[in-house]
Amino acid sequence: MSVLNSNAPAGPLADKWTKHKNDIDLVNPANKRNIDVIVVGTGLAGGSAAATLAELGYNVKTFCYQDSPRRAHSIAAQGGINAAKNYQGDGDSTYRLFYDTIKGGDYRSREANVYRLAEVSSNIIDQCVAQGVPFAREYGGLLDNRSFGGVLVSRTFYAKGQTGQQLLLGAYSAMNRQINRGKIKAFNRHEMLDLVIVGGKARGIIARNLVTGELERHSAHAVVIATGGYGNVFYLSTNAMGSNVTASWKIHRRGAYFANPCFTQIHPTCIPVSGDHQSKLTLMSESLRNDGRIWVPAKKEDAEAIRAGKLKPTELKEEDRDYYLERRYPSFGNLVPRDVASRAAKERCDAGFGVNKTGEAVYLDFAAAIERYGKEQAAIQGNHNPTKEEWLALGEKVIETKYGNLFQMYEKIVDENPYKTPMMIYPAVHYTMGGIWVDYNLQTTIPGCYAAGEANFSDHGANRLGASALMQGLADGYFVLPYTIGDYLADDIRTGPISTETPEFEEAENNVRTTLEKLVNNNGTKSVDYFHKRLGKIMWNEVGMSRNAEGLKKAMADIKALREEFWKEVRVPGEMDSMNPELEKAMRVADFLELGELFAKDALDRNESCGGHFREEYQTEEGEALRDDENYMYVAAWEYKGEPADAVLHKESLDYDNIEVKTRSYK
Amino acid sequence: MNLTLKIWRQKDAQSKGSMQTYSISGVEGDMSFLEMLDVLNTELIDKGEEPVVFDHDCREGICGSCSLMINGEPHGPDRLVTTCQLHMRKFNDGDTIVIEPFRAKAFPVIKDLMVDRSAFDRIQHAGGYISVNTSGNTIDANAIPVEKVDADASFMAAACIGCGACVAACKNASAMLFTSAKVSQFALLPQGKVEATRRVLNMVEQMDKEGFGNCTNTGACEVECPKGISLENIARMNREYLAASVKG
Repeated sequence: MSVLNSNAPAGPLADKWTKHKNDIDLVNPANKRNIDVIVVGTGLAGGSAAATLAELGYNVKTFCYQDSPRRAHSIAAQGGINAAKNYQGDGDSTYRLFYDTIKGGDYRSREANVYRLAEVSSNIIDQCVAQGVPFAREYGGLLDNRSFGGVLVSRTFYAKGQTGQQLLLGAYSAMNRQINRGKIKAFNRHEMLDLVIVGGKARGIIARNLVTGELERHSAHAVVIATGGYGNVFYLSTNAMGSNVTASWKIHRRGAYFANPCFTQIHPTCIPVSGDHQSKLTLMSESLRNDGRIWVPAKKEDAEAIRAGKLKPTELKEEDRDYYLERRYPSFGNLVPRDVASRAAKERCDAGFGVNKTGEAVYLDFAAAIERYGKEQAAIQGNHNPTKEEWLALGEKVIETKYGNLFQMYEKIVDENPYKTPMMIYPAVHYTMGGIWVDYNLQTTIPGCYAAGEANFSDHGANRLGASALMQGLADGYFVLPYTIGDYLADDIRTGPISTETPEFEEAENNVRTTLEKLVNNNGTKSVDYFHKRLGKIMWNEVGMSRNAEGLKKAMADIKALREEFWKEVRVPGEMDSMNPELEKAMRVADFLELGELFAKDALDRNESCGGHFREEYQTEEGEALRDDENYMYVAAWEYKGEPADAVLHKESLDYDNIEVKTRSYK
Repeated sequence: MNLTLKIWRQKDAQSKGSMQTYSISGVEGDMSFLEMLDVLNTELIDKGEEPVVFDHDCREGICGSCSLMINGEPHGPDRLVTTCQLHMRKFNDGDTIVIEPFRAKAFPVIKDLMVDRSAFDRIQHAGGYISVNTSGNTIDANAIPVEKVDADASFMAAACIGCGACVAACKNASAMLFTSAKVSQFALLPQGKVEATRRVLNMVEQMDKEGFGNCTNTGACEVECPKGISLENIARMNREYLAASVKG
C-alpha cells in the first residue's frame, strides 16, 4: 500500500486555483495545432471539455456510443445547477457552497478540489447564459433560483425540470461550432474498448464502430475519459440503458486506480418498481421536495388498508399521517440530503408502513403546497376569501408551471393524477460518487490519461448534494481540464503525430478482438440481460442502501461465481462485424461483473458508515451514519491486479485545514 | 394481453427489408412499449434468433433516441410522449401492432427499426450555436435581463429532443419544425440576435442539402411532436429567413 499525492498546490485555500493557473505550463497557440486530444464521452463534462479544448486550438476527436453527442445521459438531469452567485441575497458565498458540499459529502472529498468547484461555479452560469441557455427567469427578467437538499440558501439555477437537457444542448452547441470549424471530429456510434499506452503514456484508444463493427485505432497526445458513472451495475437505476463503466474499467485495467467504488447515491425520489419486466427507473427531481411533503401512514393498519386498496391516501386525516422527515429532522425537514432521505424511507417501509402493493413506496404530497400557492394567487388577484375550487385551480396552476413536465411524466408512467392524489416514490440508484482516481489536475495514475465529470471521484465525497453534478461536469470541462491538461501537453510540442502502426496498438486491438470473438462464438444458452439482472439483484440486496460484512463477503463470492457462469453460459446472437446491440451489452456487462466485486470489496474494507455508504454495524442509537474519522478519513484507490478480489489498496489521506470536521447533523 | 406484432426487419442499409409477424403473450399494461419489445427480444434470443434492433437510451423521454412508427404514427397513439414512455395500457388484448422505422430519404435505415438521423446534427453544425468562447469572463449572467415571456418561449423551443418524429409525420418528410425550433431558441434571446442573419440562412441551406422535403403547413408535425413544439416556430423561422434574405 502506498500513499497517494493529490498534487494540490500549497498556500491558502482561496488562492490555490489562481496560483496554480499562474504556475502551470502553457502551450503556445501555434503548437496547439500540432497536438491531438481524444475525449471519450460527450455529456456535460466531455462535451464542454471537447468544445473548450478545440476553441483553444487543439485537434479534438470525440467518441460517444449514442447517435449524437446531444443524447448523452446528462440530458436527463432535471432539477438544476448550483452556483454561489448570491443573487437572492440570502448569505450565499463561495465558502458556503464549499462548506455545504464538503459537509454534504460527509467529509470524504478533497478540500482543494471542492473549493475550486465552488469558485468557478459562478463562471458556469455566466458562460451558459452567454451561450443562450434559456434558464428560468423572474418577471423582472433576472434569473430565478430554487432550493435543493442539504443547504439553507437558494442557489440552484434551473430550466423547468429539464436543466440537464438545456445545459447539454449548450455544450453541444459549443461543440457544433468547433465541428463546423473542423477542430472537432465527432465519432458518434463508436465505443471505446481499450486504452493504448506507449512508453508509459496514454497515447490512444481502440474504438469499435457500432454501425459496421469495425475496430479502429485512434492516437492522440492525451486521452480524456468523461463517460459518466457506473450505476447500471445495479441493473435497475435511473441511468440510461447504455450507461456503462467500460471506458473507466478499461483504463483501470491499464493502470488507473479506481477510487471509492462503494460511494453510490441512492436517490430518494424515484418512481417505484412496478414489475419484473422493468428495464429502468425514473427519477422525480429532488426539486419536488421544495413543495412536496413526504409521509407514510402513522398506523400500520392504515398502511395495510392502503396496500390492499381499501383506503385512499387522501382519506387519511392529518393526525394519522407521519411526516417522518419533518419529525426526525426539524431544521431541514423534507430537504435533508439524499442519503438521509433514502435511508429514512427504507426504514419506514422495512417497518411495515410502505404504501404500494410491494410495500416499497412512500408518499410525496403536494396538497399543502397547492393550498398555500392557490390562496396566495387568489390574494394577488384581489380575492381574499376564495372557495376551495378557486384556490385549488390556482394552486394547481402554480405547481404546473414549476413542475409540469415531471407531473406529466409521472402520470404517463403510473397512470395516476399527482395533482389529485399524492405521488408514490421510493429510492433508486442514481449517481456514483466513486470513480477513477484523479489528482488536482484531473490526471489519473496513467500519465496523459484524464478523467472528468461523474467518471472521476473527486468532489462529492460519500454523498453528492442535489444540483452539484451538473456544476461539477461543466466545471471540469469548461474551466479546469482545459487549463490543467496544458501543463502536461507542454512537454509534447515536439512529439509530432503519434503513429497507430506500433506493437502497442496491435496488442490492444488484438486484445479487444479476442474478447469480442469469444463472446460471439460462445455456445451459451442465456441472454446478457439474464446475467445483468442477477448481478443487479446481488448488488441491490447486499451492496445497496445498507450493507454488512457478512452480506458483502457473500456478494463478492456470488459475483465471482456469476462472472464465471457468464463466460461459460452467455449467448450473443449475430456477428461482430455488423450492428449488434447484444454484443455491445455483453461487453459492458462483462465489465460490470468485475466492477461489482471490487465495489463490494471496497464496501467491506470501509468499516464505518458515511454518506451513501451505510454499514449496519456502524450506526448511532438513532440509526444515523457513524463515521470513523480516525481510521477512515481517506480515499480508497484500488490498483488492478487481475481478479477484483486481489486489487491493491492505496490511500490518499484527506486533510481539512479550512473546515471543522463534525458529525453531520440535519436535525 | 396477447398481441400480434408486424415488425420491419432489414439486415443493413444495403439489404432489402420486409415485414415479419411475431406473436407475444403476457404483456402487462404497466410495461412501456420498449419493455414489451425487450420481452420479444429475450424470446428471440432464447430461440437463437437475432433480436429486433431499435434505438433507445434514457427511457424517460428526454434523450430523443427512441423512434418507431407505431400503427402509422411516430411514437404511437398517445400524445406528448416518446415511444419509451408509451405504455401498453394504451393497447387492447388481441391487437395487431404494426411497427416500422421512421421513414424519410434523409433518415436511411441502419438496421431493422434503427435509422441514421445525423442530418439533424449537420443542420446544427451549420449554425445552431452562439459564437462565444469559454473564457469564464463573460459578463455577469444578470447583466442582460430577458423578458420572462421571451425566456419561456425560447425554452419551449429549446425543449426539442431531436427525435425526428416531425419528419416522420410529415408527408413531405420536412424538417422545418426541428430547424425552426433551434432557430427560434436563439432568435428569441438577445444573445442570439447578433448572428441571427447568418444562422437562419446557413441552417436552412443545410436542411435543404440533406434532402428533407418542403413544408406545406399541414401541421402533422406539431400533432405528433412528443414535446409539443409549436408551429409558431415555423412561422418565426420564415420571418427570420425572409428578413435575412433581404438583408443578404
